[in-house]
Amino acid sequence: MNDERKLSRSTRFPRWLVSGPPLLFLLLLVAIPGVIMVFASFRYPGEFGGLAPLAASDPQTLHGFTTETYRFFFSDFIYVEVFIKSFVMALATTLICLVMAYPLALLIARSPKRSRNLMMLLVILPFTSNFLIGIYAWMIILGPQAALNQLINILLGIFGAAPVQLLFSPFAVMITMVYVYLPFMVLPLYTNLEKHDPALLDAAQDLGANAWQRFWRVTFPLSQPGIFAGSALVFIPAIGMFAVPELLGGIGDIMIGNLIKDQFLGTRDWPFGSTLAILLTLAVLLVVWLVAKLSGRGGRYA
Amino acid sequence: MARLELRNITRRFGDFVAVDDVSLTIESGEFFTLLGPSGCGKTTILRMIAGFEFPDAGQILLDGIDLVGTPAEKRPVHTVFQSYALFPHLTVGENISFPLRMARHAAADIRQRLKEALEQVRLGGKAGKYPHELSGGEQQRVALARALINRPRLLLLDESLAALDAKLREEMQVELINLQREVGITFVFVTHAQVEALALSHRIAVMNQGKVEQVDEPARLYGFPRNRFVADFIGQITMIPAQVEESAHGHRRLVVDGLGEIVTPLPQGVVIGDKGVFAIRPEQVRIGVQAELAELKNHFTGEVHSLLYQGDVSVYRVRLPNGTMIEALLPNSAPGRAELFKVGAEIKVGWRHDAGVFLHE
Repeated sequence: MNDERKLSRSTRFPRWLVSGPPLLFLLLLVAIPGVIMVFASFRYPGEFGGLAPLAASDPQTLHGFTTETYRFFFSDFIYVEVFIKSFVMALATTLICLVMAYPLALLIARSPKRSRNLMMLLVILPFTSNFLIGIYAWMIILGPQAALNQLINILLGIFGAAPVQLLFSPFAVMITMVYVYLPFMVLPLYTNLEKHDPALLDAAQDLGANAWQRFWRVTFPLSQPGIFAGSALVFIPAIGMFAVPELLGGIGDIMIGNLIKDQFLGTRDWPFGSTLAILLTLAVLLVVWLVAKLSGRGGRYA
Repeated sequence: MARLELRNITRRFGDFVAVDDVSLTIESGEFFTLLGPSGCGKTTILRMIAGFEFPDAGQILLDGIDLVGTPAEKRPVHTVFQSYALFPHLTVGENISFPLRMARHAAADIRQRLKEALEQVRLGGKAGKYPHELSGGEQQRVALARALINRPRLLLLDESLAALDAKLREEMQVELINLQREVGITFVFVTHAQVEALALSHRIAVMNQGKVEQVDEPARLYGFPRNRFVADFIGQITMIPAQVEESAHGHRRLVVDGLGEIVTPLPQGVVIGDKGVFAIRPEQVRIGVQAELAELKNHFTGEVHSLLYQGDVSVYRVRLPNGTMIEALLPNSAPGRAELFKVGAEIKVGWRHDAGVFLHE
């Protein structure tokens, strides 16, 4: 209600005034850097980072444009492997978030109106603390000296299994990623489920659908737009995540984000870093396009 | 055996008694209407029959078997909802065949019955459309077809015509009557619109504050309302305070202060000394200049107080000698003339000896 009123008031402003600032922002900070990055990916790295000159008097110096970085990427399977691993990691995060968030969102959407806002506040409460603090907290919780890890190892010991280390493992990365992204799944799902007309469920029941059929035939298909929105909101940032694998993952648990970060800060190979970033963007766009097509089919009635 | 029988149904919401000890009997094949103002309990009764609400006391018998323990999805009772509640993600065909799929009918059977159902509600070419692509009337027909396809023993209609505009509503009323006759299923219709109730129903139960005030056929309900609430709720009516007195021959006669005797049939049970109102419908009241009203048993002189031109008819409010206002309906048979009698003009008012009813206090 409140949002609608705000919206109708804003329509009194000229269109350029409304769309201008975000447009300028995106142009300066997304479009232009993006173009620069595309150019950078086709150049040689500079000697101490940065880029090699476009023209050089000494023909021995690397200069001009090249597709070397792209060839390098596909020449070694390890990079594609990191991509696939990141993809699987992000997908798993998305699915776990979905499975956890759906019942929660449904519960909130079907709660009395008064308590819904409080429950949503609790969902977004983790946002109020710093993202890194949350991650460090997980490092402590999952640490080898922490009660959780000790308890698991005692239990494993009883059954004669070898002790495990929770921290610096894919498991630690996964659990923290889910922690970070869960609210992004709950929010769009709740927004969608809350809008469902309860009369539809009455109608389904009246026409002979039991509770299970009512969910799978009515609630679930109608919530598809929310599922796709939530999945996009989780999957896209998750695939580029670098802080969590950096701090909680083992050596083998690096993701594309770490790879890119290393190219710029570690190896100082800007062109290759740019190439990785562009390929990541393309991969994500491909996924988003596929999802949009799928949701277009599911959301035909919307 | 009656198709549906409500026995002493009571439903409370906190301190509020929504349905207060209601008993009703609905026969098989009947078009039965629950009519009343909003909050009178009619929708609660419908929801209890459908299985969305449960009575605090009483029984709901369908063909003699108590429904109260049966969940909504297991009752052979289907509903046409006020908002239609069509599934927006399903096509017209998928919507209509939904009950059959829930009941796990064979695919061939579903196809056959869907085809019949689509023809029945004249939606032949629309099976692949989505509800939002249909007009209001078509959506209504989808909702009807969907509720009828599995041949329920009872069809409930919850204010089902309220969302349509006036013209379409009239068309749908005719369609509904024909459809009900065709399928022979018992219809229970809930509405607050008395015109709709009168046009559609075989019998009507008028409800007020959780209680049934009167159950009757439309014409009897309109002509012989049992009390002031029913008289006032259905149609227009003028009510004049009156009392029963003893005539010179020792009979009962109805007298209005300042007007004298009114000749009208007095129901049995009304005794000398009773007070109440004399209620008469505007179309029963005739107005004119002189002679043509003289043969009527009841005729008075009055003054035109105001008039309301409505196109087909004009409603005259006439002030009688004792100060009471009486409404008279005059068809505008002469085109282009809105005002047969001028405001302020003296006029004769009369009605037949069998018009109007006396309603006990």
